[in-house]
Amino acid sequence: MSAAAEPAGPRPRRLTLSRVGVYVFLVGASAFFLLPLWAMVLTSLKPMSEIQQGDLFQLPHTPTFAAWSRAWSHACTGLACNGISVGFANSVKILVPSVVASIALGALTGYALAFYRVRGGNLVFAILLVGAFIPYQVFIYPLVRIFAWIGIYGTLTGIVVIHSIFGLPFMTLLFRNYYSSLPRELFNAARVDGAGFLGILRHVILPMSTPIVIVAVILQVTGIWNDFILGLTFAGLANQPMTVQLNNVVATTQGTVEYDVDMAATILTAALPLAVYLVSGRWFVRGIAAGAVKG
Amino acid sequence: MGAVSIRDVSVGFGAVNVLSGLSLDVADGEFVVLLGASGCGKSTLLNAIAGLIEVSAGQIWIGGRNVTWAEPKDRGIGMVFQSYSLYPRMTVEGNLSFGMRIAGKPADEVAKRVARAAGMLHLEPLLARRPAELSGGQRQRVAIGRALVKDADVFLFDEPLSNLDAKLRNELRVEIKKLHLELGSTMVYVTHDQVEALTLADRIAIMDRGVIQQFAGPREIYRRPANRFVADFIGSPAMNMFDGALEDGGRRFASPQGSADLSAYEFAGAARPARATMGVRPEHVAIGPAPAGHAALSGKVSIVEPMGGETVLWADCAGKPVSVKLDGETKAKPGDDMTLHFDPAEASLFDAASGARL
Ligand SMILES: Nc1ncnc2c1ncn2[C@@H]1O[C@H](COP(=O)(O)OP(=O)(O)OP(=O)(O)O)[C@@H](O)[C@H]1O
Ligand SMILES: [Mg+2]
Repeated sequence: MSAAAEPAGPRPRRLTLSRVGVYVFLVGASAFFLLPLWAMVLTSLKPMSEIQQGDLFQLPHTPTFAAWSRAWSHACTGLACNGISVGFANSVKILVPSVVASIALGALTGYALAFYRVRGGNLVFAILLVGAFIPYQVFIYPLVRIFAWIGIYGTLTGIVVIHSIFGLPFMTLLFRNYYSSLPRELFNAARVDGAGFLGILRHVILPMSTPIVIVAVILQVTGIWNDFILGLTFAGLANQPMTVQLNNVVATTQGTVEYDVDMAATILTAALPLAVYLVSGRWFVRGIAAGAVKG
Repeated sequence: MGAVSIRDVSVGFGAVNVLSGLSLDVADGEFVVLLGASGCGKSTLLNAIAGLIEVSAGQIWIGGRNVTWAEPKDRGIGMVFQSYSLYPRMTVEGNLSFGMRIAGKPADEVAKRVARAAGMLHLEPLLARRPAELSGGQRQRVAIGRALVKDADVFLFDEPLSNLDAKLRNELRVEIKKLHLELGSTMVYVTHDQVEALTLADRIAIMDRGVIQQFAGPREIYRRPANRFVADFIGSPAMNMFDGALEDGGRRFASPQGSADLSAYEFAGAARPARATMGVRPEHVAIGPAPAGHAALSGKVSIVEPMGGETVLWADCAGKPVSVKLDGETKAKPGDDMTLHFDPAEASLFDAASGARL
């Protein structure tokens, strides 16, 4: 051992066997999830003649975006052949009010549960939690009847209300946990200053909520965009979201199956949540942790 | 307009009773300090006065009004919280003016009052900053300012200086004293710090486990503690305690360390139990032969602690360490034999069983 081996400065990092193992595992896992996407992208760029040759991972000889434009504006979804752009527009129309409404509602209930020791508050919270874990297929039939009776079944309002209701338990949980971690004395200070229920929420609590609102937006945007069954059931024919239309594109076949169009339509439908995940990975993980750790 | 009256108030958290049947009367314009060990219920009492926790029994009156069921904002109080609790997303100015803006006060009045509070607490250069951009002492001043802008009748301070260094603490202590003289409002002030309590208070309430042990002026608390708890709690080094017995129907106190003539001692009541404890403040003990009427002790010096302006000397008297506080310095060294004496009239006698003052 020479004097140069005396520990000083940053500790040298050695490549140990376990570290190599971790890398191998990570690369393998990434490949497992990325390969299908890769195959889809390749297929969507190939003309049908190349696809029929059968090699999934062969790079396209003559790449073409024809399938993408067909999927977007001409693919047949049932009887109409206007592509899934119609579905995209519907999904946006459903998404924006649903995300806003469910987060606003969740923030309000979470705030009330965290800061106001309302009588029965814990019971309400317990019921919400149970609600969050019951498969929602159970509720569909009764809700269809109720909505039909009120007269909002098959309307945009109907589907927005549905998303707000089903988003409520988890949004409440998310906001309640976040607000419980804020110091209570802050809330007390605002009370002494004379702010009321909504005043404290608006001036003191919401300005501190940016991180959790971002998390909630990510969760709700991906969740609502990916929804299929609620959109199919409650949105009505005129408002069918992109997922439902995609299903129709894939299911509607005359003659040969147009794999390229199917793939392009699928990627287009998945593009928004995919982009959200890619852009906001860090926040997304934080959201999952926030929902899971404290209860 | 700011007298505070707490009448038989009880507060509990679930099964734990933090305060039970506590009563306290604070006169208008008075500066009262709540002093007690950690967890004894000081913050709880303050929060009950503010209306931030519900009382399970009793009443709270502020300014002659029963406010037991009133909202915090309707009680005419300003409060400084133990952990500053500044609104993190607002500037200092926003923090100071929040209450007035919520109340819909006209902008020029808001500006005037913010300027006045900022002036009193030297916050002018900081008005545009966020709390995260302030030092601990600056935050503390903002927290005090936020309470002061309100022109409340009663100010509640929960350990407002606890997170500061000694120098800043002294400065702000003086500031608070000045503010009280200037504003003339009632102040209820919680602290752990004896010096703060003794210097600021008109009256001090010493609490132990949710019960007020003594409520009196600083001098009275210091010189005539109502029981052993108060005697031990106040003063540093702590009061010297000698366990012994009353003899001759209470005319003499005898202990292993020596005996004292009690003819000059003012008994608080008629009770004369056999077993008693005598407490003597370190600064009431002197070195040298005892003059007439004084009690004498002999001991061997064990430790000498010079503290700058004064010196604390510890002597071993018949197996009991006795502390002596001397002005200036001393030539005494560990190992020296010496005679000590004190005036029994300045001592305190406690019932050995109940701890109450005799
Ligand atoms: N929300 C609560 N739930 C249960 N117990 C509590 C709650 N708040 C306070 N307590 C208990 O009540 C007692 C008094 O608390 P309090 O905060 O009034 O003490 P304190 O005298 O202010 O102490 P410190 O000087 O440390 O601030 C403590 O024993 C504490 O554990
Ligand atoms: Mg406290």
